[in-house]
Amino acid sequence: MNNNSHEQWTQEITPHRGWLQVPVKEIWRYRDLLYLFVKRDFVAFYKQTVLGPLWFIIQPILTTLMFTLVFGRIAGLSTDGLPQILFYLAGVTIWGYFAECLTKTSTTFSDNAHLFGKVYFPRMIAPLAIIVSNLMKFGVQFCIFLLVFAYYWLNGMVQPNLAVLWLPYLIVLMAAISLGIGLIFSAMTAKYRDLRFLLTFGVQLFMYATPVIYPLSAIPAKYAVYIQLNPITPIVEMFRYSFLGVGGASAGSMLYASIFAATVLALGMIVFNRLEVTFMDSV
Amino acid sequence: MSRSVISVENIGKMYRLGEVSTGTITHDLHRAWAKFRGKPDPFATVGIANDRETAGGDYVWALKDINLDIKEGEILGIIGRNGAGKSTLLKLLSRVTAPTTGRIRTRGRIASLLEVGTGFHPELTGRENIYLNGAILGMERHEITARIDEIIEFSGCAKYIDTPVKRYSSGMQVRLGFAVAAHLECEILIVDEVLAVGDMAFQQKCMGWMEDMSAKQKKTILFVSHNLDAIHRVCSTGVIIENGELAYQGDIDATISRYLTNKRFDQQNLLEKTKGWGDGQVKITGLQITDNNGEPQTAMTPGRNYVCELSYKVKNLDLLPINGITAAIDFTDTLGNTVLLINSDTDDDILSINHAEGVIKARLSDLALAPGDYSITMYLGQSGLTTFDCLNNVLSITVSGGDFFGNQHPGFAHQCKTLTRSQWSIQADDNV
Repeated sequence: MNNNSHEQWTQEITPHRGWLQVPVKEIWRYRDLLYLFVKRDFVAFYKQTVLGPLWFIIQPILTTLMFTLVFGRIAGLSTDGLPQILFYLAGVTIWGYFAECLTKTSTTFSDNAHLFGKVYFPRMIAPLAIIVSNLMKFGVQFCIFLLVFAYYWLNGMVQPNLAVLWLPYLIVLMAAISLGIGLIFSAMTAKYRDLRFLLTFGVQLFMYATPVIYPLSAIPAKYAVYIQLNPITPIVEMFRYSFLGVGGASAGSMLYASIFAATVLALGMIVFNRLEVTFMDSV
Repeated sequence: MSRSVISVENIGKMYRLGEVSTGTITHDLHRAWAKFRGKPDPFATVGIANDRETAGGDYVWALKDINLDIKEGEILGIIGRNGAGKSTLLKLLSRVTAPTTGRIRTRGRIASLLEVGTGFHPELTGRENIYLNGAILGMERHEITARIDEIIEFSGCAKYIDTPVKRYSSGMQVRLGFAVAAHLECEILIVDEVLAVGDMAFQQKCMGWMEDMSAKQKKTILFVSHNLDAIHRVCSTGVIIENGELAYQGDIDATISRYLTNKRFDQQNLLEKTKGWGDGQVKITGLQITDNNGEPQTAMTPGRNYVCELSYKVKNLDLLPINGITAAIDFTDTLGNTVLLINSDTDDDILSINHAEGVIKARLSDLALAPGDYSITMYLGQSGLTTFDCLNNVLSITVSGGDFFGNQHPGFAHQCKTLTRSQWSIQADDNV
């Protein structure tokens, strides 16, 4: 074989892929697939259930009512003087997006084994599609939040402020952190199945380490430090502050969450990318 | 001289056997430690060649030291027994999983059809699934849109294209999946046994399509099938994979005849080691086909008489004597159809096994098989109770020559694999 023909190879398959060789171009080429996956998830969900997309709404509403009853009425936890329903709904809505993205992306390989075992496409498409489909779901749930919020706002019980402009950024942070952690876990759950149960359980516990059912202000200072180590804390607090005007996060903690998001996402992409080529052998 | 479009160099693939979760963390740490010290992978050394008859070893080489150079426009048939590593090779080529050693370089877009209709969602309509499946196979939206009418037409599902796929028959789903695959934009096509699904008409369509792809569009095709007729019809060159290694490479005629002779009677000693399905309490240890004079034969001739001698060995001596033995021998043609079957239940005599080892004989008169290659399946069991051993297609034999009809007519072997003599006459209609 002469040197000329050597250069014309369009693809090389080797045992390993470099740590930083994320096939961004290829992922971009498959963007239509991402769209179709999102559409498939949505249509399938819509058609398979009796109540269809109503489930998107029922879930946060029932959770909120339950939280209001248990934590608000029975346990009497502080809500920083906010209407309890609104307080819990805000927490449930934003936390729900994070939790859903994280648990779903962490099982990417086992959930898509039938596809991954037969066809090659950039595996990253599957978790990205989950993030986007959940964004749609979040959109619906956020609308419910807005309705409830509007009711209290018109009654003069809460006052939003300019910090609502942070909202898109907060969502990006949530998506990045959940995707990053999810990718790292997907690498592990493919090999060690039991980790998925650990993760589901862990996410449940993690909610209590995040100011979802209580405001950060209600935490004694010596514990608050630990709660603030949680990168989701400033996001939830910021979300509540922007709409309800209570709570809030310092610039420092927002920076911390941002750096955390960028780091964990990069790490997740690198690990996932490095291991995706042989994952199918262990699923 | 056409240039090569696929170059496979020293490809090997090692799989881990058994429970994936048992001791994995320990093993992984062990490996990492060895790698850290610059030592070779401690588990790679215990890998054994992929031989299904050999047990033991936690790791197995599904493929080892494969070197291949595939030229543009070549139609390569890949043949081998189940588990020989054919599908693993295709998986590596289509990037479903990465090799353990070596590298593969390719030129041009590869479309791999390890399955048709991958990712079909039952709730989506035929049209939506065309888009989804097309995208999974690497097509962009505008490419699919440009071809959607052709695809629908090719699938023959035009009437139901806006109906959810869950309402489709399985045949329609396959046709739809195949239609998408047939319209992929690619230079290299990898096809794995997709012809095995679907009815006769569909199979013919697929074959025609593949011939078309190679003849008119000059595409390079890699084709795996157990259907030797199909391979023979489509392929120009072939390779045999045996126990994960490349056993033979050459033009298709030579490859097929080599593959068939590989399973010939000189390999009989393998029978005892070959694990069939059945409880294994009695094992088939060999098959001998002899003529009237008791001479062993390696080929058969239509119209002659033979004795098939099935040797057995009783592994569990507590069972003796075993009454009501059923023994059977099937002959299967290269299309996979059983064309001749002899079974001891059809005979009046009841067979019993009284000794640990012996031979069951079947007298076969006037062999009514057309010339061709056949693979042989052997069965041994106790009538209606249990299967001791069943070896599927483990041997093969060629039927040729002879004068079945007594007038030198060769028969119609390409249309029908069994022979029957018939007497013909014409009677004029007296009323006219």
